[in-house]
Amino acid sequence: MADKMELRDVEVWDGNMAASQAMRQVQIDVVAAYPITPSTPIVENYGNYLANGYVDGEFVMVESEHAAMSGCIGASAAGGRVATATSSQGFALMVETLYQASGMRLPIVLNVVNRALAAPLNVNGDHSDMYLGRDSGWIQLDAYNPQQAYDLNFIAFRVAEDHEVRLPCMVHQDGFLTSHTAQGVKTLDDDTAYNFVGEFKPMNDMLDLDHPVTHGVQTEEDWHFEHKARQHNDLMTKVFPKIEAAFDAFEKLTGRRYNIVETYNTEGADAVVVCMGTSVETAIEVAKELRADGKKVGVIGIRVIRPWPHAQIAEALKGIKAIGALDRSSPNGTFGMLYNELAGTVVNSGESKVLTNYVYGLGGRDLTKVHLREIYAELLANAEAGKPTTPLQQLIGVRGPKISFH
Amino acid sequence: MSEMKKIKNLKEFSTSADRFEGANLLCPGCAHSIIVREVLNATNDDLILAASTGCLEVCTAVYPYTSWDASWIHIGFENGSTAVAGAEAMYKALKRKGRLKQPDREPKFVAFGGDGASYDIGFQWISGCFERGHNMMYVVLDNEVYANTGGQRSSSTPIGASTTTAPAGRVSYGEKMNKKDMLAIMAAHGSPYVAQVAPNKWKDMVKKIQHGLATEGPVFINAMSACTTEWKFLPEDTIAISDLATDSLVFPLYEIIDGRKLNITYRPKNVIPVKDYLGAQGRFKHLFKPENKHVLDEWQARVDRDWEYLQRREEAGV
Ligand SMILES: Cc1ncc(C[n+]2csc(CCOP(=O)(O)OP(=O)(O)O)c2C)c(N)n1
Ligand code: SF4
Ligand SMILES: [Mg+2]
Repeated sequence: MADKMELRDVEVWDGNMAASQAMRQVQIDVVAAYPITPSTPIVENYGNYLANGYVDGEFVMVESEHAAMSGCIGASAAGGRVATATSSQGFALMVETLYQASGMRLPIVLNVVNRALAAPLNVNGDHSDMYLGRDSGWIQLDAYNPQQAYDLNFIAFRVAEDHEVRLPCMVHQDGFLTSHTAQGVKTLDDDTAYNFVGEFKPMNDMLDLDHPVTHGVQTEEDWHFEHKARQHNDLMTKVFPKIEAAFDAFEKLTGRRYNIVETYNTEGADAVVVCMGTSVETAIEVAKELRADGKKVGVIGIRVIRPWPHAQIAEALKGIKAIGALDRSSPNGTFGMLYNELAGTVVNSGESKVLTNYVYGLGGRDLTKVHLREIYAELLANAEAGKPTTPLQQLIGVRGPKISFH
Repeated sequence: MSEMKKIKNLKEFSTSADRFEGANLLCPGCAHSIIVREVLNATNDDLILAASTGCLEVCTAVYPYTSWDASWIHIGFENGSTAVAGAEAMYKALKRKGRLKQPDREPKFVAFGGDGASYDIGFQWISGCFERGHNMMYVVLDNEVYANTGGQRSSSTPIGASTTTAPAGRVSYGEKMNKKDMLAIMAAHGSPYVAQVAPNKWKDMVKKIQHGLATEGPVFINAMSACTTEWKFLPEDTIAISDLATDSLVFPLYEIIDGRKLNITYRPKNVIPVKDYLGAQGRFKHLFKPENKHVLDEWQARVDRDWEYLQRREEAGV
C-alpha cells in the first residue's frame, strides 16, 4: 500500500509538480517514461514518490520515448492504469505509437509539456508538439496554468478510462510558462482525488488468463475503415458528454468550473481572439483593460482541442464580427491550425465574420500585452469595416521587416 | 514454480493442445509456425505473448480472426519486446496491489520477432528490455531476411545470399556483410540465458525453452527459421534444409549461461560440407558460378573457424 501524502489546501506548485501530484493521487499502476525538457520534472517527481513509498506501481525508465509509449501500450493492454509524460522531440519520437495506442483503444494519459520542435533545437514552449498530435486519435485537453494542469489530469483519467470512451488522453501545458512557474494550487486530499477518478476497471485485459485476447490486429481494405470510422465516431459523439459530465462533477466537488470552450467577455463582443495555453490568461487581462476603455472585446480559450468543439465554438462566436486566430506553431506553408479549424466552424454560421490569423510566440518568444492591444485594434477595425483591413496572416513579434500573407 | 511439462515423443509433442492454431496464413512449409508451436507446446504455463510486425504477425491475427489462444499483442515492427515488458510490468504492479484476477497463476511473458524486427529496427528496444531485466523471453524467428515485405536484406542476412535489396548480379555476388552475432551481443547484456535453436532439433528446442521459461530475467532465443519463399526451396523440404543447416554447422546449436558459460548442445555425427547446405537453396545459386568460388571457400573457412571458436570456449568453460 502506498503512503498518503499530507497536502496543504493550497500548495505552491509549478505545472510539472501539479501534474505529477495528480498522477500520484490517482495511483497509476505502470508509468513507463523517458526524460526531456521541460517535462523532465514530472518523471523525476514521480520517481521521488516511488522512492519514498507514495506510489507502489511499477515505474519503468525506458531507453526512449518510443519505448515509453510502447511500454505504456503493453501495460495498458495488460489491464491497469497507465500514464506518462513528454515534450517536443520526445513527443515526435512517440508519434507512431500514439496512433497505435488510440487505434487499440487504450486509455493511457499523456502529460505533454508543450515545446518547440527542432530544427533549430529549442527547449522553450510553443505548440508545435501539441499540433503534431492532433490527428492521432487522442483526446487533447489544454491547461493554461498549474492549477488547471492538476485538475485536468483527473478529468483525463476519468474520461479516458470510461468504458464507453476507451481512448487515450493528453493533458497539455505550456513549457516553462506553466511547467516551471510556481503558483498557488488548490489541492484535493489523496482520497478525494482518487475517488473522483475511481478504481481502474479493466476491459479486454491480457492478464485475465481465463479470457485470452488478441490486441493489435491486421486489417486491410476489408475492415480498416470500419475500425477508424468507429474510433472517429466515438470521438465525435461520446467524448463531449463524458467531459461535460466530468466537468460538472468536478465543479460540484471543488467549485472550480471548466468548459469545453472557455469564454471571457464574449457577451456582446465585436471582436475576440481565440487562443490556447498561457496566452489565454494574457489575453484576458488585455481584454479586461480594453473593456474598461469601452472596447467590446473578448477571449475564447480552447479547452478541448480534440475532439474539436465545433458546436460549442460556433455558439460562442454568435454575433461576433471579427475573430483573430492565434497560432503558436509554424504553419509551414499554410494558415495556422486554429485559423483553418475556425474557418471550418464559422463558414456555415450564416453570419458574416472576418477571420484573420496571427502566428506568434515560436520557440518561447513572448506574447506581450502590447502585441495583444495591437491585435485587438486590428480586429476592431475589421469588425467595423466588415472585411479584412490587414493581411489575412501576420507573424507577430519577429525581427526584421513585417512578414504577412494574403 | 510450475511443473515442467513432460514430453515423451514427437507424436505426443505435435498433438498436444495447441494455443497456436493451424488456421493461419503463413506459407505452407514456413518454419515460423513450427517454431511457435514448439515453443508454446513446450510448456503448460499461462502465456502472455507479443509479436512484432512481420510474417508471423500479419498471418495470424487478421481481423476478425486470430490464431492465438493465449493473450497476444502486436504494436509495431520495432517494439514487440517492450510490449511484453509493459505487460510484465503491469503483472508485477497488479500482483503487488492484489488486483490480479487469478492471483495463484504465474504467466510467462514471451515476445516473437523476425530478424528484421530484432537484429535491426527493434534492436534498441530489446537492448533496453534486457538491460532493465524484465522477466521475459524474446524469441527471434531468424529467416535472415525481411520476408514479409518481399525479401530485403537484414543484418542477419548471410554473406553471398541474394536478396531484393542486395541482389546477385553481373558484378555482385549479393550480400557483402557477415551475419550479425546477436547471441554474443545478448550474452554481453548479462542475460542469464541465451541460446540458439532450430525446429528440426525439437528435443534440444524443448529443453532450452523449458530452461528459459524457468529462468528469472530476460532470456534470448535465436531460432533458425527456414523460409521456403525467400530461401527458395520446396515447402516440403523445410526440415531437410534445417538438417543441412545444423549438420553443416552453419547454424550451430549452443547456449550461453549468465553471459559467459558456453555449452554446445548438438554435435553432428557426420559434418557435411557447407556447399551442400548452400546448394540446396535458390538464394545461393549464383555462388556456384566459377567466378564466385572464392565466396564458397570463404564460407567453409568461416564456419570451420566459428566452430573451432565455440569448442574452445566450451572447453575453457568461460
Ligand atoms: C517502422 C516500420 N518500418 C518498416 C515497416 C515495414 N516492414 C514490415 S515487416 C518488415 C520486415 C519484417 O522482417 P522480419 O522482422 O525479419 O520478419 P519476417 O517477415 O521475415 O518474419 C518491414 C520492413 C514497418 N511495418 N514499420
Ligand atoms: S515468406 Fe517465408 S517467413 Fe514468410 S510466411 Fe512464407 S515461408 Fe514463412
Ligand atoms: Mg525475417
